[in-house]
Amino acid sequence: MAIRVQASAFDPGQELNALQAANTGVGAVVCFVGYVRDFNDGREVGGLFLEHFPGMTEKALARIAEEAGQRWPLLNIDILHRIGRLEPGEPIVFVGTASAHRQAAFDACNFVMDYLKTRAPFWKKEDTAEGPRWVEGRASDQDAAGRWTKE
Amino acid sequence: MIRVQFFARYREVLGLAEEELAWEPDLATVGDLREHLVQRGGQWAETLGERGLMCARNEELCGLAEPLRDGDEVAFFPTVTGG
Repeated sequence: MAIRVQASAFDPGQELNALQAANTGVGAVVCFVGYVRDFNDGREVGGLFLEHFPGMTEKALARIAEEAGQRWPLLNIDILHRIGRLEPGEPIVFVGTASAHRQAAFDACNFVMDYLKTRAPFWKKEDTAEGPRWVEGRASDQDAAGRWTKE
Repeated sequence: MIRVQFFARYREVLGLAEEELAWEPDLATVGDLREHLVQRGGQWAETLGERGLMCARNEELCGLAEPLRDGDEVAFFPTVTGG
């Protein structure tokens, strides 16, 4: 299991390969990569700044990974989130899960992203032509996270 | 003492990243602390009174009913937007 919060760029392909490396019991790897878009809420975005809560961020991500490990038979899990200044087209977040069979890896990856979106203390501030603006939380993210607690 | 931290938009609007407050018995929950700060009025009431407010006690996400003890660290912040 790896949890990283870092300012430096990363290579999603390298992260993906590392999930299976040295474990031939892994039959399935699923990953999600989130990128900075150049357009959001009707405005062009020239880049963004990602703020976080040092100390709590790492704990929150570790807890989410731990919960995923309790719900699904995972062989590996990797969460990497960038902080600081990012340009359009750059990867912001990588979540990768590995398991013997595909369903656990698919579901766990989905779950981790839904929980990360609603529970990990990150905030995006976008640069627009009208100046910087804080991104507002979306109700659809809350709804997506809520589906994991329904019977 | 209670250490209170503010993040992102809250920190900018309030012009303050953190402060320390003397703990009192009537600050029994994180919600009581929020109410205490909202009573300052102006931006405090507007910002910390908003519906999307999130809070953490000792670096763990919590609800407003979370009990508060002397020496705790509490953080208030807007709805998170990572990922």
